[in-house]
Amino acid sequence: MYRAKIFITLKKSVFDTQGQVVRKALQALNFSGVEDVRMGRYIELQLKAADRSTAEATVRDMCERLLVNTVIEQYRYEVSEA
Amino acid sequence: MKFGVVIFPGSNCDCDCCRVVEQVMEEPVDLIWHEADSVDGYDCIILPGGFSYGNYLRAGAIASHSPVMGAVKEAAADGKLVMGICNGFQVLTEAGLLPGVLQRNKNLRFICKFLHLKVEHNKSAFTNACSPGQVLRIPIAHDEGNYYVDPKVLAEMEEKGQILFRYCDADGMVSAEANPNGSLGNIAGICNREGNVMGMMPYPERSAEEILTSADGRLIFESVLRHLKEL
Repeated sequence: MYRAKIFITLKKSVFDTQGQVVRKALQALNFSGVEDVRMGRYIELQLKAADRSTAEATVRDMCERLLVNTVIEQYRYEVSEA
Repeated sequence: MKFGVVIFPGSNCDCDCCRVVEQVMEEPVDLIWHEADSVDGYDCIILPGGFSYGNYLRAGAIASHSPVMGAVKEAAADGKLVMGICNGFQVLTEAGLLPGVLQRNKNLRFICKFLHLKVEHNKSAFTNACSPGQVLRIPIAHDEGNYYVDPKVLAEMEEKGQILFRYCDADGMVSAEANPNGSLGNIAGICNREGNVMGMMPYPERSAEEILTSADGRLIFESVLRHLKEL
């Protein structure tokens, strides 16, 4: 059994409206050192796979086909034995 | 001319579309359940507005993988007309039948109001009953209608006449002030390169009868019928 942690964020070229609103809210709370905020999505899942590289290939396929909209989003993942 | 309106779990504008097709346009229409594996026999398939699968993951993402979408993709490849309205537009982009993506509105608010659309050209199956540059008064109601597409793809779309509607003011002026949601180039509706798949955020079926204060949306349905009858 493997555990995959998937981190999905907007591509750098895409304006992150939510992130900007959160940045302003943080600054309004006097967190004046905050220069930028980027929002994203975190997905954790457990999957059965023959070995680690198969698990990683499966996670990539999941990301490309459903979990990530690659028009505006990018992703990275960590796969470990659960 | 037979229309089919797809129902996903969470669709909520299916009956509005049926009403316009059946009672305003006086054409036959069926509701198609999302588990159907065929959409044979329909001249035009409508993916209605709503919140398919609660818009979980991303708006339209789960619906784009439902069984009926396999059949809709085949129909689109065969040249059948496919029309996505609001959530239906989001489903079509997620399914890869239309380019780009619909992001959260720039002001992060759900916007529900009447506004104006400029018809870019009338050479499309979905706009041939309009005049070029005509201003239509049609409402929007969405949280995620902020259209974005890669600049290179946008240039290609502009060149191929794939932009059908842009948000404008009452005089037809396309400006930042008339852009409700931050859409790139004020884009409100587009079609694919072949011209048979169309997506728009505004709701033509909510403005197809005078009692609703505007019957401009009727022109979209009239265009579809005119196109189909000329085939």
